[in-house]
Amino acid sequence: MIIKGKVHKFGDNINTDEIIASRYLNLTSPKELGAHVMETLDKDFSKKVLSGDIIVAGSNFGCGSSREHAPLAIKGAGIACVVAESFARIFYRNALNIGLPILEIKDTKKIETGDLLEIDLVIGKIKDLSNNLTFKASALPEFMRSIISAGGLISWLKKTNK
Amino acid sequence: MSYTIAEKILLRHTDKKTIAPGDFIWANVDFCLGNDITAPLAIDEFKRLNLNKVFNPDKIALIPDHFTPAKDFRAANAVNVLKNFAKEYKIKHYYEIGRMGIEHALLPELGLVGSGDLIIGADSHTCTYGALGAFATGVGSTDLGATLATGKVWLRVPESIKFIYKGKLNKWVSGKDLILYTISDIGVDGASYMAMEFCGEVISNLTMEERFPISNMAIEAGGKAGIIAPDEITVRYLKSTKWPRLKQLKGLFSDSDARYSKIKEYDCSKWEPAVACPHLPSNLKPVSKLKNIKIDQVVIGSCTNGYLSDLRIAAKIIKGKKVNPDVRLIVIPATQKIYLNALKEGLAEIFVKAGAVFSTPTCGPCLGGHMGILDKGEVALATTNRNFLGRMGHPESFVYLSNPAIAAASSIKGRIAHPDEVL
Ligand code: SF4
Repeated sequence: MIIKGKVHKFGDNINTDEIIASRYLNLTSPKELGAHVMETLDKDFSKKVLSGDIIVAGSNFGCGSSREHAPLAIKGAGIACVVAESFARIFYRNALNIGLPILEIKDTKKIETGDLLEIDLVIGKIKDLSNNLTFKASALPEFMRSIISAGGLISWLKKTNK
Repeated sequence: MSYTIAEKILLRHTDKKTIAPGDFIWANVDFCLGNDITAPLAIDEFKRLNLNKVFNPDKIALIPDHFTPAKDFRAANAVNVLKNFAKEYKIKHYYEIGRMGIEHALLPELGLVGSGDLIIGADSHTCTYGALGAFATGVGSTDLGATLATGKVWLRVPESIKFIYKGKLNKWVSGKDLILYTISDIGVDGASYMAMEFCGEVISNLTMEERFPISNMAIEAGGKAGIIAPDEITVRYLKSTKWPRLKQLKGLFSDSDARYSKIKEYDCSKWEPAVACPHLPSNLKPVSKLKNIKIDQVVIGSCTNGYLSDLRIAAKIIKGKKVNPDVRLIVIPATQKIYLNALKEGLAEIFVKAGAVFSTPTCGPCLGGHMGILDKGEVALATTNRNFLGRMGHPESFVYLSNPAIAAASSIKGRIAHPDEVL
């Protein structure tokens, strides 16, 4: 699967309070949540996102609270993939479990807001078409790939009769 | 094979013969929980499986603690989702306001979790029960939904880091300071994906109520679990809660040749009470360097420091004094039982007479939910665990984190203050 979209760049340690503030946690629909994604850091963020865009961040993306509303808000806003140097543990599971593609690459410093990225999710290759760079994402462990290809944890349970 | 305590607990919950960091396991959980924010999503996921029962109605807790007493009609609806699900599926541990507590303080108090248990919760501070020698970790709502159905969870076996605390804690330096110093040393992702194991003479001398904040904030360093091996203090506590699985304590310690990815040692005798500054829990400064920081609000409470001993310390400092006219002091006992004891011991009266708010148990302001939201530009000092941007209200507000003694002293002074300044 190929994703092509514009980059929205964030720094290190972006926490889930910043991704979706607590005051919106009484919402559950991805669309409604998406309207407030990243609002604490940039109050017009959701208006700037076009469907298929990509978030690129530094290390420890999604740290803090376990709220699954965070990846849901990102997905609901139309973001197709998150690329970071590393993800916080619970965010990582949540993204996998709800089917939000995430990729880890060693260094995201050269990727900037507005760059056009082309991502091949199957082989984990990322091309920055704006400045002609390529990156290789770390491969997902087989267990996690099986959850993704099933379409998330609940579908995986159904499929595997666990 | 030799194992860390984290590995031993995980191994006991699989059908495998051996286990190693990096392995993926499909593990049996002893207990799971969700709250009014995370459980509604988990219940939606559970329902997609079309089952007419949960894996075990006695091993699930649904606790409406975040936006309760319901702060608005959506919050009220979330509580009803939990309540109705609990009724329909005969879930034993649903606790309504007036009988509840903040989940992580409530479950240990009720004797539902203990040493050697594997616990998952759709809340990041589920790691709190590590203080009892459990492997307890936060997961998301979909994970909880899957566990409600199967009683199982997928986990990657983590590497462990051992933290050894030597020396003696100075006056006013608490378990909270100990974990803040640790986080400031290793950073907010210093233990990502890893099990933290806390030990040493300093830990052995701490009460359970001082140990809970340590394990509670393991997540603030990215930790998957924050475990303190059970000792006599743990056993005494577990017996007092009538926790039924004491047999599990057998062999529940790290082997002397267990493997760690890192070992850290601290000489705690050098530490003075400290405060984490905005906007990261790792941004630590000794209290003496922050005496010119004026504050608008002080919050004493949360699953980190809303225990009876926390309220006692605060009351001792505040007794007979008045909260600074420019400050709002909000005191929130973590559970109904603590609330009642605070009334019986006269602590509530001390707070109220001093001009503080004394609230029913709730997460409330800790996550910027309700009961004390900050305005633009306002500064709070809280005994909670996160000071992220906008955590307690407006995106341009500021949260400092400390132990209850500093919080109490600061509420009197109207600025960040050392307890010795008011006593
Ligand atoms: S008190 Fe704060 S940190 Fe603890 S469970 Fe509630 S919101 Fe989370």
